[in-house]
Amino acid sequence: MIALHYYLILSAVVFAIGVVGVLIRRNLIVILMSIELMLNAVNLTFIAFSRYLGSTDGQVAVFFVMAVAAAEAVIGLAIIISVYRHRQSLDPQEMQLLKW
Amino acid sequence: MDTASLIFYLLAALLVIASLLVVFLRNVVHCAMALVSALLLIAVLFVTLQAPMVGVLQVMVYAGAIMVLFLFVIMLLNPAALERQRGLWWGFGAMLALMLAGVLVPLVMTNDLPADPVAATELFGSPEMLAKSLFSDFVLPFEIASVLLLVAIIGAVVLAKREN
Repeated sequence: MIALHYYLILSAVVFAIGVVGVLIRRNLIVILMSIELMLNAVNLTFIAFSRYLGSTDGQVAVFFVMAVAAAEAVIGLAIIISVYRHRQSLDPQEMQLLKW
Repeated sequence: MDTASLIFYLLAALLVIASLLVVFLRNVVHCAMALVSALLLIAVLFVTLQAPMVGVLQVMVYAGAIMVLFLFVIMLLNPAALERQRGLWWGFGAMLALMLAGVLVPLVMTNDLPADPVAATELFGSPEMLAKSLFSDFVLPFEIASVLLLVAIIGAVVLAKREN
């Protein structure tokens, strides 16, 4: 059987890849997708701990993370549509109305 | 090497490749497809970790509903122009992520973690067990989650509505 470390390292790597996506991409939709990737990396640690500690609580936590992620995706995409209508662009670099 | 570890290494390699594709492909639709495959691979990992119910939810909610929503928005906005790249930012982001991984991985290695899973009962991860936990210990968060989803629906309708 695989030790718990391997699952945690895998999810740390996937989380770091998601962070790269948020930092370097210049398309709002892809940034939102990278956030979903990070949430899933965390879900993987929840499920791994739930299995290795023999408790269902981790799975319930993942259930709630999914509900929050669905709400986040819906609101995020609605904001993206709204921003695109005003600025005709998905580039976060061009959204600097509040910048001095 | 036994079959379980072989399956894990295969899934882990594919998952890392799919995640890298999400970040580094330049066409948004291709990114979305890579993300679907990453989510499906995570669902398979859930099933190997005795969480079949959560795995099914993952396929239905994430790879199904949320990704359809993403693709719908991509089609609606049609971001045809490929984004410009900036060499400096790519290096900066990659460096920060390496630092993050360099902090997280040693942290995992130094901790005293269980090497073997607890012997699971037949019911572990089944809908019955999940529902029992959800409707006894976690009733209040469950109800709050329903309110949250309602707020999200109303917010999405208000935000995406055409102003005139």
